[in-house]
Amino acid sequence: MTQAEVKTQEYWRWPEYRFTIPDRDWHNASVITAGVDIGSVGSKAAVLADGELYTYAVMRTGGVSEDTAIKVTGWAMEGTGLEVGKLHYVVGTGYGRVNVPFAKKSITEIACHARGANYIYGSTVRTVLDIGGQDCKAIRCDEKGKVLSFLMNDKCAAGTGRGLEVFADLISVPIQELGKVSLSVDQEPPPVSNTCVIFAKAESLSLLRQGWSKEKVAAAYHAAMADRIVDLLTRVGIEKDFVITGGVAKNIGVVQRLERILKIKSLEPKMDPILAGALGAGLFAKALYEKEQGIR
Amino acid sequence: MKAHYGYKDGSGDYFIIIDTDKCNGCGKCVQACPFQVLDLIPNEFDIEGGTMAAVKEEHRKKIKYSCAPCKPVAGERRLPCVSACEPNAITHSW
Amino acid sequence: MTDEMITAGIDVGAKFAKVVILKDGQVLARAKTLMGFDLLKSASDVFEMALKDAGLSRGDIQRVVATGMGGNAILQRPQINADETVSGVVAGAAGAFQVVPTVRTVIDVGAEEGRGIKVEGGKVKDFVINERCAAGAGTFIEAMARALEVKVEDMGPLSLKSVNAIPMNAQCCVFAESEVVSLIHSKVSKEDVSKAIHDAIAGRISSMVLRIGVEKDVVLIGGCALNPGFLPPLEKELHTSIIVPEFPEFVSALGAAVIAANPQR
Repeated sequence: MTQAEVKTQEYWRWPEYRFTIPDRDWHNASVITAGVDIGSVGSKAAVLADGELYTYAVMRTGGVSEDTAIKVTGWAMEGTGLEVGKLHYVVGTGYGRVNVPFAKKSITEIACHARGANYIYGSTVRTVLDIGGQDCKAIRCDEKGKVLSFLMNDKCAAGTGRGLEVFADLISVPIQELGKVSLSVDQEPPPVSNTCVIFAKAESLSLLRQGWSKEKVAAAYHAAMADRIVDLLTRVGIEKDFVITGGVAKNIGVVQRLERILKIKSLEPKMDPILAGALGAGLFAKALYEKEQGIR
Repeated sequence: MKAHYGYKDGSGDYFIIIDTDKCNGCGKCVQACPFQVLDLIPNEFDIEGGTMAAVKEEHRKKIKYSCAPCKPVAGERRLPCVSACEPNAITHSW
Repeated sequence: MTDEMITAGIDVGAKFAKVVILKDGQVLARAKTLMGFDLLKSASDVFEMALKDAGLSRGDIQRVVATGMGGNAILQRPQINADETVSGVVAGAAGAFQVVPTVRTVIDVGAEEGRGIKVEGGKVKDFVINERCAAGAGTFIEAMARALEVKVEDMGPLSLKSVNAIPMNAQCCVFAESEVVSLIHSKVSKEDVSKAIHDAIAGRISSMVLRIGVEKDVVLIGGCALNPGFLPPLEKELHTSIIVPEFPEFVSALGAAVIAANPQR
């Protein structure tokens, strides 16, 4: 297993990484597919051998989506002997899904996320909440991972990773620790009253000036974020089992508050939930390849 | 499948909800909208395909503003897209 | 209205506090100050400034009416002792009517709120408020000025020099900042980016104003009216000429002072 160097100089920057599942081998597989999820903040590539996750990589989306697509896929395959030419079918997805030059088809991130969540969490999943860098998606799906209802909010930074990045900078706490910091309070303070990140930032500054600790302000901000996300979830309806995917799924401050308000525990992932989109895309790739080949 | 197009921001919740199980892809809503907010797109959620109505990408994130002229403060409110849809597949959340 | 009656209007806004001292319909003094952390202090300071300018003391002022976000906070507090508060909508309409008696539509864009007010016979008939989202008010232009590394007061003049209209995709202040940065990296000129910013906010304000209907005369007030780049896209979107009175940022405070002088309205 190789791992990227952790780069955490700026408080808002999260670490990039790759991973190859140790006891799997693509040489024995009959269908090798890949899903490439180009998000507005993070890009992920997942390579599947016969529909099982084999190797993957996660990196920050650069200025040119096509380059990022090539880079992240190449990095995922690093050291495995695989290359793009050996992939039977590639599906692109995400915000920049049309910019995966070697993808045969692009499929909406909503459909890919539902499918990927079904793989990561199992067929009991019915409600998927994906909190990404610049968007927040709420998806209801069936036992096969097919979408029954969805809602995506990518207009407003509140309730997204970006809002958290702004906040991490404000209180000078590395973003990976923000969630933990927000839970280090004896009593939950009232949520900040402004949902708009700009106004919430000003409100937080004034709270800090009034003597509130970083932990307390972080708690107030996370509480507001959780309330907001619950509003969106309520629109599509919440049914067990409930899961949270996307980069912000790693923020325990958001996760725990959501679970507390909804009175449902989210399922533990069997693998990195940030891969839901890329995995779903890779699985669609397999289905489409088999359909093409007449295999059923 | 219920597709919610729009957003929630500091000022409120604004969603156009299209029920693709009811939508027959007739396109009357697309014609009825005075501001070209809607369009017919391929249904990527179904392996079978087909077309469905959707909010155009350029309007999705400013739907409050795009639809504002059809929602006067005073007087009767008539939403052309909703009126045009026979299967009642479209609703507005605000 | 009593003869020789001197009144004051104080508008405690999100960014600035404004005071107007009025006697017999004539403005004796205007004062404006940045809002600091202490709301009461900022309000008292600006009130003192206005009194000093007019050569008056607090005792000379018969009635004070407050408006704005901080209006309620200074009601009956010492130093200012405002008698009454009125909403920004009411104050804006009264002030606009005072300076432009033919007004039918008021557009009031401040630091954090944008409003459209339909006026009939000097009274508020309908209104629409665009609030709690920074992209709909002056904060948007300020934040974009920072992203462009340009002084706020230069944003308007820059936009007027633009020759290309480019659309902005981001509708959120936070996302728009990133979009501005990437536009600059793609070698789009600051003039064109500034125009895109002004077009974006004018589009938002116009859509909201259309909800109350646009009837001439249309008057633009509030801090954003000071921005010369704001007016042209607004007139274009609404297909009408718009009047910007002198001292547009003081019009709500003026309205409050007028209301103070007419308690039986």
